[in-house]
Amino acid sequence: MSESSAAPLRTADGVPLKVSLRRAVRRSRIKALLLVAPLLVFLIIAFVMPILEMLWRSVDNPEVSTHLPRTVSALEGWNGESLPDEAAFAALAEDLRQGQQERNLGLLSSRLNYEKSGMRSTISRTARRVGSLEPPYRESLIETNDTWGELDTWKLIKREASPYTISYYLSAIDRQLSPDGEIVKVPEHMQIHATLFWRTLWMSAVITGLTLVLGFPVAFLLANLPMRHSNLLMILVLLPFWTSLLVRTTTWIAILQSQGVLNDVMVALGVIADEARWQMIHNKMGTIIAMTHILLPFMILPLYSVMKTIPPSYMRAARSLGGKPFLSFRRVYFPLTIPGIAAGGILVFILSIGYYITPALVGGQSGRFITNYIAYHMQTSLNWGLAAAIASILLFVVIICYLVFNRLIGVDKVKLG
Amino acid sequence: MNETLAEAGVETAVTTDASSCFARFVNVQKSYDGIELVVKDFNLDIRKGEFVTLLGPSGSGKTTCLMMMAGFETPTHGEILLKDKPISGLPPHKRGIGMVFQNYALFPHMTVAENLSFPLEVRHLSKAEIKEKVDKALAMVRLEEFGDRRPAQLSGGQQQRVALARALVFEPELVLMDEPLGALDKNLREEMQYEIKRIHASLGVTMIYVTHDQTEALTMSDRIAVFNDGIVQQLASPDELYERPENAFVAYFIGENNRLVGEVSERIGDDCKVRLDSGDTVIAKPVAVSGVGSRTTLSLRPERVSILRDDAAERFDNQFTATVQEVIYLGDHLRTRVSVCGNDDFILKTPNAQGCGEMRPGQRIQVGWSSDDCRALDA
Repeated sequence: MSESSAAPLRTADGVPLKVSLRRAVRRSRIKALLLVAPLLVFLIIAFVMPILEMLWRSVDNPEVSTHLPRTVSALEGWNGESLPDEAAFAALAEDLRQGQQERNLGLLSSRLNYEKSGMRSTISRTARRVGSLEPPYRESLIETNDTWGELDTWKLIKREASPYTISYYLSAIDRQLSPDGEIVKVPEHMQIHATLFWRTLWMSAVITGLTLVLGFPVAFLLANLPMRHSNLLMILVLLPFWTSLLVRTTTWIAILQSQGVLNDVMVALGVIADEARWQMIHNKMGTIIAMTHILLPFMILPLYSVMKTIPPSYMRAARSLGGKPFLSFRRVYFPLTIPGIAAGGILVFILSIGYYITPALVGGQSGRFITNYIAYHMQTSLNWGLAAAIASILLFVVIICYLVFNRLIGVDKVKLG
Repeated sequence: MNETLAEAGVETAVTTDASSCFARFVNVQKSYDGIELVVKDFNLDIRKGEFVTLLGPSGSGKTTCLMMMAGFETPTHGEILLKDKPISGLPPHKRGIGMVFQNYALFPHMTVAENLSFPLEVRHLSKAEIKEKVDKALAMVRLEEFGDRRPAQLSGGQQQRVALARALVFEPELVLMDEPLGALDKNLREEMQYEIKRIHASLGVTMIYVTHDQTEALTMSDRIAVFNDGIVQQLASPDELYERPENAFVAYFIGENNRLVGEVSERIGDDCKVRLDSGDTVIAKPVAVSGVGSRTTLSLRPERVSILRDDAAERFDNQFTATVQEVIYLGDHLRTRVSVCGNDDFILKTPNAQGCGEMRPGQRIQVGWSSDDCRALDA
């Protein structure tokens, strides 16, 4: 190093070699950057920023500190062992009065209602009467609504005064903070997300397994048939890609519903009685059948690309060395397809746990995925913080899958197509 | 299984008398599309311990024959016998034939030792036996240190040795090799030729070897079957093939060869006179000509043509004046391209010995050859 700094190499016209090299590559670098710039900008705006926004929203907690600023500062020195003093009640009354005038207590009441049910009506009722309340506020507020006399209410306000919260994440996995700040399970009848996460995961695993079982022989044929036949087969594999996802999903409804094609045929053939028609749609089975069909190409293509690189002479060698057909397959061919299985598996699994349309259409109540609940919280309950937390957990699961996969197989070994 | 085989064996045994034959191809034909025959009536008897090479240009059907012996292709017609038993119905893994593939086909996910123990494991040998045999096989190809490596970590020559060891480790009586040295560079190829020859001699296994490289075939084989166009053109020992080719293809394919085309004009005892298209008359040995008036190709090895000094007396029954076109210096010998008898690509090979006069393009020289070295073959 010291040598090169003592006498740097120079080009013929005396410019240091490093500078000259940098100049030479700068042009091509700028060109390359300009070529990808539109896509890069698009990705940042449409992909990276929404993800950051989502991650932010899943912990963002502005409501209490914005709408109850006086109360929050009055509670700063409070030890939480008994009800706070008059100053805190007066601050709360003042905050609510201002909120009522500005008509912006909605967000605050929803936010506190997530943590403690009944808070919404408590705040709206109190706010309506806060103009006529007289000091001492401690007594008059408790008189207006008992909830203000509960120690837990004040602990909640103090806790949620922080600008960040983990309560959305806790609620995403059916947990909540007790008034004392401990993480506890929510009551059984309110537990829903953990079940949905598990259902999403195991159903995705089943779908992945089914695509593997169905796709492996097809990929093998594709890789080993003569060109003419394999091209035709490839078109059949790719055909679903040229059909709308919605069409494919609704086709399954037409086939599988209780008055659908399959049931009609079975009744006509006398396999099942008319009143005992199979329930194959709007449940887990419907979701699994439709998604297996839709995701099958994502398993076949990586498998095919790996199998294409395995020369037939390996199997021949194994056979000539005395391996029975199945044993040769198991010991020689199959291990060589593992990168393809892993690539297809991870692809289908990741696509599957984030799938929305198909489970929404054919999943009914029991075949829904966690994504359908993200949509529910986005569109119906308007609890965006919870939606963001669930979506973030899903993102973490995908990232973990990817990391495990990269560790075990190596992403660089995967070829798609 | 064995009973049916034995029965079928009895049936064909009537038509075969050479029970000493280790492996036989009997009237084997093969077609892939039902339109063209890739192999047309292939017959070959292989003795135990023999090294037989199937030599021919690509597409001549030689690899197909090997694949039929290994069991990866079925003959369309005819029978293949191994130790006098027909094996057409036998799947590859029951034939017990070792095989070395063109690109080695070493299993990339197994180490060298695992590759070698595969054929032993499927035969349910004990761990100790497997280890002993694998070590022995590795020692045989001088790769004792490489048991734990993966094939991708070995050089081409080393991979070749492993493939060889793997084909031999389960002690098959017959080993097939499909252009095993095709991917190696020239020096390594020569080294491996001697290596394979040494192993063949020390183990006494029977080997069928497929190659398109005539030098390889000549160096290694006991007998060579020269293939072209689906049929065996000649089956003979290397020296026989080189010295006494039976048709124009063999003469052309094995070694270097000067060709003169003409018509048989007269027979003189054992020899014949051939009137070339250029008008010259050459005395040659008739090998594959039907009679006076038939077209023929004369085959003459470059090293059998001598350059005559001006003062030399007439020594050969064929003597002509040639014009030097080009002289290529090759160290130990000189290649001289001359025009003679209407052929501009006539090659002379002369040792670079003392007293060899210098030749220049354009110079006229006297060349001559014996009629014994000049074989009149099919046109």
